[in-house]
Amino acid sequence: MSSPILSLSELAMHFPTRAGLVRAVDGVSIDIAPGETVGLVGESGCGKSTLGKTAMRLTRPTAGSIRLDGHEISDLSRSALRPWRSKLQMVFQDPYASLNPRLTVGRTLEEPLIVHGRGTAAERRDRVRWLADKVGLRPEALQRHPHEFSGGQRQRIGIARALALEPKLVICDEPVSALDVSVRAQVINLLMDLKRDLGLAYLFISHDLSVVEHVSDRIAVMYLGKLVEIADRRTLWTRPLHPYTQALMAAVPVADPAKAADRRPVLLEGDLPSPLDPPSGCRFRTRCPIAVPQCAEREPPLRPLAPGHFVACDRVAGT
Amino acid sequence: MKDFLRRFARNKAAIGGVVILLVVIALALLAPVLYPDSPWDMVAEPFLVPGADRAHPLGSDMMGRDLAAGIFHGARVSLVIGIVATLVALAVGVTIGAIAGYYGGWVDNALMRVTELFQTIPAFIFAIVLVSIFQPSVTSIVLAIGTVSWPPVARLTRSEFLTLRSREFVQACITIGMGDLRIIVLHVLPNALAPIIVTGSLMVATAILTEAGLAFLGLGDPNVMSWGTIIGAGRDVLRTAAYVTAIPGIAILLTVLALNLVGEGLNDALNPKLKNR
Repeated sequence: MSSPILSLSELAMHFPTRAGLVRAVDGVSIDIAPGETVGLVGESGCGKSTLGKTAMRLTRPTAGSIRLDGHEISDLSRSALRPWRSKLQMVFQDPYASLNPRLTVGRTLEEPLIVHGRGTAAERRDRVRWLADKVGLRPEALQRHPHEFSGGQRQRIGIARALALEPKLVICDEPVSALDVSVRAQVINLLMDLKRDLGLAYLFISHDLSVVEHVSDRIAVMYLGKLVEIADRRTLWTRPLHPYTQALMAAVPVADPAKAADRRPVLLEGDLPSPLDPPSGCRFRTRCPIAVPQCAEREPPLRPLAPGHFVACDRVAGT
Repeated sequence: MKDFLRRFARNKAAIGGVVILLVVIALALLAPVLYPDSPWDMVAEPFLVPGADRAHPLGSDMMGRDLAAGIFHGARVSLVIGIVATLVALAVGVTIGAIAGYYGGWVDNALMRVTELFQTIPAFIFAIVLVSIFQPSVTSIVLAIGTVSWPPVARLTRSEFLTLRSREFVQACITIGMGDLRIIVLHVLPNALAPIIVTGSLMVATAILTEAGLAFLGLGDPNVMSWGTIIGAGRDVLRTAAYVTAIPGIAILLTVLALNLVGEGLNDALNPKLKNR
């Protein structure tokens, strides 16, 4: 594998609140190679969005390192960070909130170029038109305001903005969750086309396993601020090892009734425990079907059970 | 913009307000044309009742000064002081509110404590104190009114910024690498402007009232005649010549009413969703 474009190491993001310290992200390590799509899945509240926003340096991480193209950016100031921003961009979840309602689409797309001092006014105009074309927007759209567009089109605008600075990695934070089912596929296909054409890497955050399976090369599963399993897509899909991953897989609907009938349902009981006070030892043990008392004593590290397949569970064995 | 104008035009009361305001503005603009001489000049016999003399349709006061000239020139003074004082208050209030709301944390805490400190002092009393310390002049009156009226603007701006800064488009600005000043001025402020404009239009009315109150108490600029100055002068003859007080009083009443109607109309037109409350 070539040297990673983004390398997170023991990244932690804790938020002090009145009720105590929320450990939204608590020691996550993962590498993303150039051109690779890594899917990040987990229940709502598991910290996956916080992980994306921390990697994006929207906040300063509590601990750990973020290396972008080999350079440490976790402790850079906002002005020192600016040149690095162009390599790493983000597509937001809510296309209704992520566009400034007062700016025309053209201006929204031009802003990143202005901030980074790219080109003359004429060159920027050409670049904006190229971007619009790239995401399938008509040139007339550039004169309009966001409220004149549907959710799917707005998300295209958001994607075009993320591409304006020619990033190498785009963090997609639930990019299709807020969209109608009918336009989800279009937006996902657009993202895949762009990846192929521009050689982008994605960190694709979603709670929807079927979407993540469709787009990802590798998938990371997150539970309560920690990664519990990382594997390439096929392995994770066919041989999930962590009991949490197995439960997630079991919850994905199967189209074939015959297959659905002989599937052994793994049911998760209860809700996600509070990240204010995570269970001792293995965080999943309170809902785990195979937990034993020892699970409360030691936090299981991510260990390789097969090449490229990491699992954070002491109770499962490799092949 | 077109939608906004159409919604505004549908509001009859607001249009009425605009008409009255245009009349007041016309008075102010025509003052030097129709009454080129100083309104302080004694040009008629004293206590001329309105309508008694064609040359002085609104009559004269106890010194024989033409009340119509006073109303025309007073419109200039009242409008200018009202608008400039409001601009001063908006400049201070929006800046403080924007910084507090955008940065939050201890910056917000510190700025809001200062704002509350200003709010605990009754506005009119505070204005009297400021004007009497700095000698009555148009400048000191404008600054005094601005000083006592910025806190509500700061609080309003802060609350708008608090909700807007967590919106994803602001985060998108940060991921682009935009500086704070550009985010605040170009991206957040335009989205917070609607309620600030509405408050501003109502503040002009309050500022005119405050100026009139100061002038009534003898704290007006002695070199310019505002509506409040005429009322203050007419106070002594309230029983014998009530019209001296009533005429500028009606002018103030109509102007303040008009500004309130316009403010309400702006509010409804800028927030169409809240209209059918």
